[in-house]
Amino acid sequence: MRFLASLINGISLGSVYAIIALGYTMVYGIAKMLNFAHGDVIMVGAYAAFVMLNQIGLPVYVAIPVSMVVCTVLGLVIERFAYRPLRKAASPLAVLITAIGVSYLLQNLALLIFGANTRSFSSVVHLKSLRLFDGGIIITGEMIVNAVVCVAIMAGLTLFVNKTKQGQAMRAVSEDKGAAQLMGINANGTIALTFAIGAALAAVAGVLMCSSYPALTPYTGAMPGIKAFVAAVFGGIGSIPGAFIGGILLGVIEVLGKSYISSQLGDAIVFSVLIIVLLVKPTGILGKNIQEKV
Amino acid sequence: MALLDVKNLSISFGGLRAVDSFQLTIEQGELYGLIGPNGAGKTTVFNLLTGVYKPTEGIILLDGKNITGHKTAQINHEGIARTFQNIRLFKEMSVLDNVKAGLHQHYKYSTVAGIFRLPGYYRTEKKMNARAMELLSVFDLDKEADYLASNLPYGKQRKLEIARALATEPKLLLLDEPAAGMNPNETQELMDTIRFVRKEFGMTILLIEHDMRLVSGICEKLTVLNFGRILAQGETSAVLKDKEVITAYLGE
Repeated sequence: MRFLASLINGISLGSVYAIIALGYTMVYGIAKMLNFAHGDVIMVGAYAAFVMLNQIGLPVYVAIPVSMVVCTVLGLVIERFAYRPLRKAASPLAVLITAIGVSYLLQNLALLIFGANTRSFSSVVHLKSLRLFDGGIIITGEMIVNAVVCVAIMAGLTLFVNKTKQGQAMRAVSEDKGAAQLMGINANGTIALTFAIGAALAAVAGVLMCSSYPALTPYTGAMPGIKAFVAAVFGGIGSIPGAFIGGILLGVIEVLGKSYISSQLGDAIVFSVLIIVLLVKPTGILGKNIQEKV
Repeated sequence: MALLDVKNLSISFGGLRAVDSFQLTIEQGELYGLIGPNGAGKTTVFNLLTGVYKPTEGIILLDGKNITGHKTAQINHEGIARTFQNIRLFKEMSVLDNVKAGLHQHYKYSTVAGIFRLPGYYRTEKKMNARAMELLSVFDLDKEADYLASNLPYGKQRKLEIARALATEPKLLLLDEPAAGMNPNETQELMDTIRFVRKEFGMTILLIEHDMRLVSGICEKLTVLNFGRILAQGETSAVLKDKEVITAYLGE
C-alpha cells in the first residue's frame, strides 16, 4: 500500500519534472545549449498565474493562456538579447554562464517585485480526489491532471516535431545548422520558436507544480529546474520521449527514496541518479551515441 | 544580362588572401566549371556566393540584384542553392523529409495551424508531399522515400542532395565536387544526371570538380583558380590547353 501510494505520488511529481524536462531537451536538441534559466521561467509563469488568479480574480481559462503568453514573450526576449548574440562565441561556456546569469536575474527581479514572502497558490484543479482502498490511497485531482497534461504535451510535441514543417526545420537545424540555412531555413527563427515553445510549456509546468505544491517564492523554479535537467540527462538529452521517461522515473525515484530511505535525502538521491547515469550511460536511456566526426 | 555577375571578389583570413579579385560572369542556362588544385580557394568562392563568408571586397549580382553580404538563408531564397563536397544531408531524417526541408520557403502555414492541425496544415502538407515525391521520382529515389537518408548508397545520397537543392527552386545551382569519391561508372551516371537537371529544370549550374573527364565532358566554360587568383578563364577546350593551367595541374 505504501509502495503504491509512493508510486502514484512519484508519477505525479515526475509528470511535472517531465514537462519541465521537455523544455530543456527541446532547447538543447535544437540550439545545443543548456538553458539553466528554464526553471526560473516556470517561476515567472507561476507568478503570472498567481497575480491573475488570486489578485485580479480572473478565471482559470484566461489565466493559464495569458501566463503562457507571458512566458513565451519572456523566452523570446531572453533568447534574442541574452543568447543569440553569444551563439557565435568561441566558447559554448559563454552562453551557459549567461544562462545562469539570466536565472539569477529572474529570481532577483521576482524578489524585487513580489518580495521574499511565500505566496500560497490556490490550485487551478477542481476535481474531487479519488479514494481507493478505503482511503488507503488518495489520488488527488492535481495528480490526475499532471499525468494527463504531461502525456498530452509529450504526444503533441512528438507529433509537432515529426509531422510539421516547423518541426522538420527544427530537426534540420539540430542536425546541421549550416546546411539548413543553405537550404533556405531561417535558423534563428527556428531556434526562437523552440524557445517560445519551451517557455510556454514552462508556464504550464509552473501552474501545475504550484497547484500540487502550493508554496510560491522567487526560488520556486530553481530546484525543480535543476531536477528536470537531471531528468533530461537521465532520459537522454535532446530526446523528447527520453525527457518524458526520465522525468517520470526521476519523480518515482525521488518519492520512493523519500519514503523508504530518508525524507531528508530526497534531493541527494536525485543527484546521485545524475552521477550514476553519467558514469554508466552518459547518453541517457534513449540518447544516441554521438559519433565523433573524423 | 548575366545571371551571375561577380566583380572583384576578395576575402582575407587574417593575413591570408584566400580569394583575390575573383571575377565571374555566368549566363542563364550555362554549365560552368570552377577548377584548380587543392587549396586554390574554390570552396571559399562557393561560401562567398552563398553568404557563409562575407567578402572583404567586391560585389555579387544575381539576376542584376546585389546580394553581397546577405544572410545565407536569404541568399537561398533569392535563388542560389548548393550541394556539398562532403555530403551534408540531414542523416537522421527520411529521404522525403530532406527534400521537404528544401521546399519550406515556398509553402506556408502558421505554427498554430501546425500545433492544432487546422485544415491549412493538411492542405499544405499534402501539396508539399506531392511536390517532394515528384522531385524524388525525377531522380529515381521515390521508392526510397521513407528510408533514412543515411541508409542510401553513396551515389544516391549525391542525387538526393541535388534534389534537395532543387527543391528550393534556385536560379543557380552550385555543385561542390559532385563526383568526389565516385567510381567511373558512377561519374558517368552523374554526368547524365547533371545534363538532365540542366535540360529538365532549365538550370544554370556552376560546379567545382577535380575529375577532368567530367569537367571536359560537360562544362562549356571554365575558370581556373590557383592560390586564390584566376589563372585562366574561358571556353573549356581553350582553357585546358593553356600552358599555365597545365603547369599548375601537372607541374613542369
